Formats: sequence, C-alpha cells, structure tokens
Amino acid sequence: MTTTAAVLLEHTDAPLTAADLELVTIARDVGDAVVVTFTPPVAAALEQLAAHGAARVVHVSGTSTLTAVAAAAVQQAVEQAFDAAPRLLLAKATFANKEILARAAHLLGAGLVIDAARVAVEDAGVVGAKRVFAGTWDVECVVPEGTALLTVRPNAVRATPVAVPTEVEVTSLTLDAARADARGVELVSRTVHPTEGTGPALGEAAVVVAGGRGTGGDFAPVHELAEVLGGAVGSTRDCVDEGWIEHDTQVGQTGVTVTPRLYVGAGISGAPHHRGGMQASEVIVAVNADPECPLFEISDLAVVGDLALVLPRAAALLRERAGDPSVAGTAPDAS
Amino acid sequence: MRIVVCVKHVPNIHSDRAFADGRVVRGSADGSLNELDEHPLEEALRILEALDDDARAASEIVAVTMGPAEAVDALRRAFQLGAHTGVHVSDDALAGSDYFATARTLAAAVRRLEQDGPVDLVLAGMAALDGLGSVVPALLAAELGLPQLTNATSLTLADGAATVQREVDGVTEELRAPLPAVVSVTDHINRPRFPNIKLIMAARTKPVTTWTLADLGLEPDRVGVAAARAVVRSAEPRPEREPATVVTDDGTGDTGGRALADFIIDRGLI
Repeated sequence: MTTTAAVLLEHTDAPLTAADLELVTIARDVGDAVVVTFTPPVAAALEQLAAHGAARVVHVSGTSTLTAVAAAAVQQAVEQAFDAAPRLLLAKATFANKEILARAAHLLGAGLVIDAARVAVEDAGVVGAKRVFAGTWDVECVVPEGTALLTVRPNAVRATPVAVPTEVEVTSLTLDAARADARGVELVSRTVHPTEGTGPALGEAAVVVAGGRGTGGDFAPVHELAEVLGGAVGSTRDCVDEGWIEHDTQVGQTGVTVTPRLYVGAGISGAPHHRGGMQASEVIVAVNADPECPLFEISDLAVVGDLALVLPRAAALLRERAGDPSVAGTAPDAS
Repeated sequence: MRIVVCVKHVPNIHSDRAFADGRVVRGSADGSLNELDEHPLEEALRILEALDDDARAASEIVAVTMGPAEAVDALRRAFQLGAHTGVHVSDDALAGSDYFATARTLAAAVRRLEQDGPVDLVLAGMAALDGLGSVVPALLAAELGLPQLTNATSLTLADGAATVQREVDGVTEELRAPLPAVVSVTDHINRPRFPNIKLIMAARTKPVTTWTLADLGLEPDRVGVAAARAVVRSAEPRPEREPATVVTDDGTGDTGGRALADFIIDRGLI
C-alpha cells in the first residue's frame, strides 16, 4: 500500500520557498505527497509542486490565522480529503505551526514530533530525528501508529525536482463553521513585517551570518558578508535589546532557531541562549577579537581578529573569486 | 484575581544534560526552575500590583508544576519570585508523559483548583528550556476549552478581557479574548525582579499541596508512557566537534579574512 504524506503549506498564493519544497521533497520520497493549503494555489506554485513531484493539493477555505481555527482546518483536511488517513503530515518549524500541529494532533488523537531534522517511514513507525540540548544530543522519536504530525527544520534535505513533473490535482473543501471555534479569541490587528532585501528568510537560510555585541551596533560588515554568500543576517538578544537591529533577526532559544549549512558568528561570545539556537548548524565559524570567546569551543574555524576588518576582507576575496569586476583590485594585496 | 502560573523543573542549561531510557535526566542537583517561567511569574506580580488594595488582598498566584519529587524545587523558586501557593502534581504513572499527557494533567490541576474558586488567568512561559517544544500552553488551552493567547510580549487586562501583543514568525499581532484565558509570555515581556530577602526566607517554609492522579480524577493509563503517542527510540550524545582551526589575524583583516574566505571556498559553501 502506498504511503500518503501530507504537507501543510499555509500559503501557496505566491511562489514557494526552498523550505516549502524541502518538505515536498521529503513527502514525495516516502510516498504520495499531498499539499494542504489555506490559500488558492497560484500557477507558479503549482508548477513548482509539479516539478517536485506533488500528487495533489487540497485547498481548505474559510480558515483563519487563529491557531485553534487553523488546527481545526488541518483536522478536517486529514479526516475528509483522504481515502485513508495520511501516514504523516509535515509542516515547517515555525512557532505558529508548532501550535497548529499540536492542536490538530490533539483533535485527531495523532502523534506529534516537534522540529525534526530528519524524517523516515519505517516498519516501526514514522521516525523523526531531532537535535536537542543545544545540539549536543541526537534523539529519534517514533510514532508507531496512526498519523504522525511533524514540524520539520529547514535544510533537513535539499529540495530536488523529480525527473518527470507530476500532474497535480487540485481539490478543495470548506472549513465547517462549527469547527472554527477559537473560544472568543479575536484578531485585533495583524502586520506582516516586510522582508528585507532579497535574501532568504533567516530560519530557512542555508547560510547565516550573525553579529553580536562585538559589532558595536554596526552591522554593515555582517550584511556585506551575508550578501556575498547569499545568506541571511542574524543577531543576538543583546543587539535586539540595544535597539541595534530588529527582533526578527534574533537567533537563540527564544528567537529564531537556525540550522544552516554555514553559520558565521561575528562578535558573538556564545551565551547558552544563543548557542541553543544555532548549535545544530553544519559548519560553524566564529570571528572574535577575544581569543577566549566561548563560541570558539563549538566552531570549526576560529578567527581571532576585528570583525570590522576581517569580514569585509573575506567578502572582497569571495566577490573576487565570484568574478565580480566591480570589486577586483579594491582589496589590498589582492595578488 | 486568581492566577495560575504553570512552571517546570528542568536541568540547568549550563549543566551536562542527558537522556536515560528515553527520558530527560531530571536530577535535583543540576535542576532548577525553567528560566523562561520567571517571566509569567513576574507578569502575575505586576497584574496584582495594578489592582486596588482590596482586590489585591483577595488575589492569589498559584504556581503549579508536575514532575518527580525534585520538581518541588521549581515551586520553591516560584515562591521566591512571588507565588503565594504551590501545587505539585506527582505520581509515578506520570513518568514518560508526552505533550498531550502533560497538558491533560495540568488542565486537571486547574480544574481541581477551580473547585475552590474561579481561576481568572492561566499563565505559562513560552517554552521549557529542556524540550523547547513550546506547545503545552496551546494544548492546555485546548484541554480547558479556553481562549489561547500565546507568545505574548505584552499583556493587558481590562473589562474581563485579556489583550496581548505578539511577535512571531515575522508577524506582529494583537489578540483579545475574554477571561479566563491561557496566556504564554516570552522573555521580552518583562524583566523579572530579584527576589527580596523576605520572600527568600518565606519560600523555605511555604506549604506545597501535593496531588496524585487520583486526587485529580485522572486514570493512570491516560498519562505517562502508557498514553504516549510518540516514544523516544534512541538518544545519543553527539560526538564532540573537532577543536577549531584557530587563525589569528595580523591586525589588518587580511590573514583572518583570507582564512575565512579560503575555508568557505574549500568547504564548497559558496
């Protein structure tokens, strides 16, 4: 019997991100990938889904951003849009999704794994592997039976197209009004923060360059290196408290958790709260003027030096290597 | 105003944390109140301080925790931070409880407290620093059938309703709901004060109410490992990272910058 793997992508009204397509890649590799979405999918998104091997899209209309309502929408989709209940349902590891999946699992009597870094379907059940204790332990959670709901970290796999794009069928259903009960919670206002520039979202980025107190509030070198690497800019709690940078950039246990292929921490001492949000990164580089910087202890490369000099120099060399003529020769001793 | 604050006893994040038999080792030596739970306690104090004298005198902050015997330490710390009374839900059958069993047990404790008088507000921290699941407050709201207001960075109570600001996943929201409600708060909502000596002294002797599952009317097979829908199959410490390659810059940025660029290129990271 084929396994059905659902993927919750709340928004398909715009082109999908790499993190969205990573989930589709996981789902279609374990079985039939069915996307559950709360917006009507646009053509560009459908094309991406076809290229990545999705079999079907279920559009649930009439839901809202309130957790209780979104969870009821997931429950209804799982109960009504499948011939047999899907074996698993994946969603990106956002704060909103954790709660939506938790409440949906509560309604469905399903198993829940929060923030899996790897997903597999085995005889024993659906397996979600995760990094815990600030990336120092590997734990495998198994949901032996029923539907498993999992939030999945970005970069768990690389999004890869299938050889032959699929025909994606779109079906829809409307959320039963009776289920949409948020117990009187009322949305007074909602503002989506504008995304800065063209870089990837911090939580989903394959490269993160983060600055800490050592920047003294000047994030220009951090931005410069991030831009060369096509990465996102991160920061620490201190920097946010100082008002140097927006809260959205805070990496740490209570901010954004990042698991990029490359993390560069500049002027960051490496307090436990920050480490908890980045320690599972694949490759860690730290740049700090203090040779005793604790972040060096978990780094692959430790550069003892002034970030305001080291980062621009590295950025210039990397640009040079990328063959950008506008910067060639600006770096001293470029030979 | 009667406020329940859910707190958790967790291994200290500065200690060597570990798993054994698929569960977090929760010894008392390295355990403490989950740091993020100081914020809902502080918020509860501020809510009471804003009341007039009569209303404040009739108010109560109840700290509730579930866990093994050592978990009572979290209540002692909560007393230092201003909680008036403490409830410890402890039962051997609770071991191995998943998110759902935890929420079910805490909900049963809240309902039990309601037998002695109405509960106006249930507060919690945004996450426990051991599991970092961040889902128990939402599940607690679901179990209790109460409004869910999570990850609040500000909380205002007026006219029988709670209004919160929240900032999650790049979205700022204001939500309002009638009381009673379940509210979780982030570490940005307030700065917890340092306990004064009077509270520290009093915390040692304050009585703790201990409830078992039977006291809460919960069947043992509804919680703990018996009810878990997800189980930990394996838990392994990760190998220590190789010591870092250390490069000391020459003071111009060149040595350091070159080492950084070469490293990124050699590892194929660009």
